Amino acid sequence: MTVGTTVAGPATTTVAGPATPPVQPRRNVLLQRIWRERWAYTFIIPGALFFLVFAYVPMLGNVVAFQDFSPFRGIAESPWVGLANFTAIFSDPQVLVALRNTLLIAVLQLIFAFPAPIALALLLDSLLSDRIKRMVQTVVYLPYFLSWVIVISVWQQVLGGGGLAANILSDLGVQGFDAMTNPDTFKLLVVAQNIWKDCGWGTIIFFAALAGIPRELYEAAAMDGATRWQRMWNVTLPGLVPVATLLLILNIGSILTVGFEQLLLQQPMVGADAAEVLDTFVYFRGVIGGEWGIATAAGLLKGVIGTILVLGANRVAKKLGGEGIF
Amino acid sequence: MTSVASDVVVHRPTVRRKNSDHPPWMNPPSVPVRALKAVIIVLIILTMLYPIAYVIAMSFAVPEQARAGVVFPTRFSLDAYRAIFNGGTVTVGLRNSLWITVVGTVLSLAFSSMLAWGLSRTREVPGAKAVLIMVLATMFFSAGIIPNFLLIKSLGLLDSLWSLIIPGLISAFNMIIIRNFFMNLPRELMEAARIDGAGEWRIFLRIALPLSKPVLAVMGLFYAVAYWNTYFNALLYISDNTKWPIQVVLQQYVLAGVQIPGAMVTPDQPPPPGITLQMAVIVLATVPILVVYPFLQRYFTSGVLTGAIKG
Repeated sequence: MTVGTTVAGPATTTVAGPATPPVQPRRNVLLQRIWRERWAYTFIIPGALFFLVFAYVPMLGNVVAFQDFSPFRGIAESPWVGLANFTAIFSDPQVLVALRNTLLIAVLQLIFAFPAPIALALLLDSLLSDRIKRMVQTVVYLPYFLSWVIVISVWQQVLGGGGLAANILSDLGVQGFDAMTNPDTFKLLVVAQNIWKDCGWGTIIFFAALAGIPRELYEAAAMDGATRWQRMWNVTLPGLVPVATLLLILNIGSILTVGFEQLLLQQPMVGADAAEVLDTFVYFRGVIGGEWGIATAAGLLKGVIGTILVLGANRVAKKLGGEGIF
Repeated sequence: MTSVASDVVVHRPTVRRKNSDHPPWMNPPSVPVRALKAVIIVLIILTMLYPIAYVIAMSFAVPEQARAGVVFPTRFSLDAYRAIFNGGTVTVGLRNSLWITVVGTVLSLAFSSMLAWGLSRTREVPGAKAVLIMVLATMFFSAGIIPNFLLIKSLGLLDSLWSLIIPGLISAFNMIIIRNFFMNLPRELMEAARIDGAGEWRIFLRIALPLSKPVLAVMGLFYAVAYWNTYFNALLYISDNTKWPIQVVLQQYVLAGVQIPGAMVTPDQPPPPGITLQMAVIVLATVPILVVYPFLQRYFTSGVLTGAIKG
């Protein structure tokens, strides 16, 4: 098993293996390299096959978007309908509701949930005691590891009808409090749940960025008489910009994907008008409703727009002189 | 669905600041500012912990206190748990989740580290670069719910617990983190082993894996948490309720308000109130996470997990 791998260094490729016919030297060198590394492929091939089958093959399944698909007939037998599914999407009022809710929640997330970890990281970083800092970190990371089912169940027990808050308020004379089923405030509730669950975990990446800011900058600023706030404004925040830009790009790319499980779980409680987003539309219309073609078309459209957005945001970030993702 | 939220990349532990060596410019802030910070931090901790503590405590509350809706119960009983385990459906859910988590984590770690090792020498192995790009690209698109469903259906995996493991076998993100770790291992070690005639598999199993225990532990815990938390895929792929993982069971009994069948302590005693039963199911679904959390947490503070998204 070791014959092919004992050759040391890339420079010796020409002496390894049998005599090389002079006609196609390049091709043979490549074949030799492949043969020499044949054991490496036993590591790569299973994983590559996995991604091929479970990430790329489903892409082909998107052809259903151009069909009047039924699972009984399958892709081969279902009739092609061209762009009919897409025109049906644009005239469907439910899609407009889903799109509006999606964008509203995404914007609220960008305003409230996006800066929250930055603020928390700055607050924790300003603590002088490492022990307290670590203790708080331990606590705020925890909710990230709970599933959405658990998070929403817990919230339900605290803020839902008959929950803790409702009990306290009814003792105070306010009846019928139920924050979990109020469609008017639902979008803010979604953002609050997001901050509760992910804000702590989100600080990790900012801590890394904070640790990367050279201390000499702070010292120099302090020497020049910069106050605490001036140091934060002129040293700390600029140091966080690259990471924040990176996360912003990723966020913009997923602007059409707002907390799918989170909304799916709560939609029955608040109703579709407040809680239908594009992903739940695809699920309810396609898997539950059986309108496979239309649902797939909506999902495909969403995926394509998301990819365009992330590429666009990446380009803008690079134009503005920052670093992109790729 | 492919949220890139877990922004973890392994790097060397950073040197910690000690309490004693604050530079002179880092003088402590004024008293009001410190008091304000203390208040904010206490509020944050309460917001995070109180709901969880409340649910745990209420699951042990005696029926009278549970019905009265106290802020924190003072008298406790195990009846809710007895009733749930007598009912059986929750036990089945826990067993399914445990199976998925154990089998899934082992397979995920095996396949992820294999691929990571194979892709760690992109310069030497022809084609490895192309595979790497193919894998990275999957982080920026996903085929969508319905094509994935059709794939699982055509593979005949519907209503099988394997449908909750196989589609998520390798997370591109975790694989990249392991690969980064492999690439930072001392190259001389591998070269020496190669010269001594060790094959790729031998180097992988005897040198690379033992040296990579920290990253494998972290990734293993991440995979385990993900498998334990599996909800939507189960909703999509599994309609046989004897194969539901605990998250679906939880959703049914707590959020959808379905009664837990057979949940009573003894046939002649009234069953515990619904609210304590619900709380107890939440606790049972959460406990494994709370148990592994201290282990996970060790790695956050030791600095194994930090860094950027850039791969």
